[in-house]
Amino acid sequence: MFDKNVAIEVENISKIYRIGTKDELQDNLAQTVFGFFKNPIKNYRKYRSLYKFDDAELYTSNQSDEASSDIIWAVKDVSFDVKKGELIGIIGRNGAGKSTLLKILCRITDPTKGHARIRGRISSLLEVGTGFHNELTGRENVYLNGTILGMTKVEIKRKFDEIVHFSGIEKFIDTPVKRYSSGMKVRLAFSVAAHLEPEILIIDEVLAVGDADFQKKCLNKMEDVGQQGRTVIFVSHNLPAVCRLCERVILLDRGGLVEDGSPAQVVSRYLNSDFGTSASREWIDPTTAPAGDIARLNAVRLQADDGQIRDTIDIRRSFTVEMEYEVFRSGSVLLPVFAFDNEEGLRVFTTVDQDPTWRRQPRLEGRYISTVHIPGNLLAEGMLFITCTLLTMNPDRVQFMERTALAFQIVDSVDGDSARGDYAKNIPGIVRPMLQWTTQFDPAFGEAAIGGL
Amino acid sequence: MLSQLNSRTNDINMGVEIITTIEPKSGWQLINFKELLEYKDLFFFLVWRDIKVLYAQTILGFSWAIFQPLVQIILFTIVFGKVAKISTDGIPYFLFSTVAIIPWTFMSQAMTQSSQSLVTGQHILGKVYFPRLIFPLTAVFAKMVDFGISLFIILFALIYYKVLPTWNLLLLPLFILNMLCIAAGVGLWLSAMAIRFRDVRYALSFLTRILMYTAPIVYSASSIPAKWRMVYSLNPIVGTIEGFRACLLGTPIPWGYIWPGIITAAMLLVSGSLYFKHMEKVFVDVI
Repeated sequence: MFDKNVAIEVENISKIYRIGTKDELQDNLAQTVFGFFKNPIKNYRKYRSLYKFDDAELYTSNQSDEASSDIIWAVKDVSFDVKKGELIGIIGRNGAGKSTLLKILCRITDPTKGHARIRGRISSLLEVGTGFHNELTGRENVYLNGTILGMTKVEIKRKFDEIVHFSGIEKFIDTPVKRYSSGMKVRLAFSVAAHLEPEILIIDEVLAVGDADFQKKCLNKMEDVGQQGRTVIFVSHNLPAVCRLCERVILLDRGGLVEDGSPAQVVSRYLNSDFGTSASREWIDPTTAPAGDIARLNAVRLQADDGQIRDTIDIRRSFTVEMEYEVFRSGSVLLPVFAFDNEEGLRVFTTVDQDPTWRRQPRLEGRYISTVHIPGNLLAEGMLFITCTLLTMNPDRVQFMERTALAFQIVDSVDGDSARGDYAKNIPGIVRPMLQWTTQFDPAFGEAAIGGL
Repeated sequence: MLSQLNSRTNDINMGVEIITTIEPKSGWQLINFKELLEYKDLFFFLVWRDIKVLYAQTILGFSWAIFQPLVQIILFTIVFGKVAKISTDGIPYFLFSTVAIIPWTFMSQAMTQSSQSLVTGQHILGKVYFPRLIFPLTAVFAKMVDFGISLFIILFALIYYKVLPTWNLLLLPLFILNMLCIAAGVGLWLSAMAIRFRDVRYALSFLTRILMYTAPIVYSASSIPAKWRMVYSLNPIVGTIEGFRACLLGTPIPWGYIWPGIITAAMLLVSGSLYFKHMEKVFVDVI
């Protein structure tokens, strides 16, 4: 039975790929020549094996650990339903299977097992500007790209002026796209995409392109889409954006669905999955740690005022955030920076290292821990994400920048001694400082006013 | 204004619930013609793009569609007509080769473009879904513009040699259709292979050459010994070329060459689309 209120129904979808078809090395000329003639058959088998899997292979790789076989399950037994009008986010680390799942839902690739049913007209946006051709003018590309994304000619004609207006490049619409700046191209491509009117929209990481303003415009447009009662599946690394846009988030890990729930719940699970808490992260392997040519990030931690690592902080209490990093080339002035974003993607504040010991001082090789103390009664309650950055001065260069390095929750108290006092309802605002208030009373004022009449 | 209103209501009417099922496809698939029809606008724009882009930033532009076959015709007239003196059943060699080279140029170019269509379009292939058949078919139809333009060479040759049109001309659409079937059939087969094995690109350059010399393009089909004619005419290009000659020059239509060719061309197209649909599901996974 396919429920009428369900837009997408995914049942046990799996997809396998074969990896590691490594070439053998020949050690002498005779072998090389011999291998050359033997190769056609071997090559044929090799390329064929990329998409041919026999049942026994599937069974064994399903049972045993993936390490023992050259098959990987990019997506494994994923099931979920999406209701009509729901805005759902899919998150996961690189290689978790997000893109593969999306490609299956967009019908770009077929699943190996399982099935999905989709009710309604579907459009996918895995990239902006698919099919743009440099030799064609902006106008021609709008039509081409629009039809590739699934619009009809009539539809594009109707929305053409709107599309061009949204992109803001009216003047160049009849100029070949090869004369455009890359920014103009992206703007035009996005405005075509923004005017799609499918019942179901599937969007991948497209927000990764463009500048901050452009990203904001995209997010706003997406919110509009959500409010028009359309079903949207949104895949992103941009956690604050996911939290803000989606009512429901799905977390994938190594091909499987590990969590499906509210954004706060899933995001904290996502950040927890490595070290048991989202308030501490360590990079043990120096080759995978965020690094530049001078310094490398070792760890980021958030500690409550009792010295414990915590991902939930009482609004009244102070806490510290520290980054531990290693300088492996001495002689540069470094600038540690922390930035705090709230779940709406708004930057609450950015703070820069002020320690006079190392200010304007070239650093020696070695390990450093830079800590910032955040007072209590400053941030508003809710989820916060910390970006951890290390800059080198003169020349200004980013050594590393780890977005959403940490995430934590600020909780307000109802004891009456926080900034909310005895007010128990929702308080808007991105900070919630404890400020001094005075209320003066002048009992004579009323009488004087009446007396003055 | 009125047309705008109309299109709006059309959109609402289109809102009949569409249910898409996604599941592993196994075995042989048939072409979903209804779905293909839904993508006709896309097909139109892709053909139009190929045409528009083909001669972008060239000085001669569409004149290339005349020059390319014309140079070959002149070359063949000198080499095979004047030097080798190949028998043409009494037809002037220039005329004889013109009516063959024009459809042949279309077929060879359409086959080449079409068989590479998935490889050149692999970026789009991995980013958005539409019926994959559109790729090779677009390439074939885009080449029809060149063909249309190069028909002027035939027209001028006919006028120059004072050949009057006969009732045979009415059959020309049949041979144009046959020509399209061959190009599309080969394109479907080879594009589905080329995405997996890039060898196709290298093999294609001599494949077209073999096809050209096995078809009666530079010589007349009547020079083939009678006992081999049946086998010879299984090559669908033979019937197409002979058909073009008979239609345009008013010579008797050699149905003996044409029937086998029509059958093989149809088989090529049907088997090509079946093979294409069969391999379709792995295209993206092997890019």
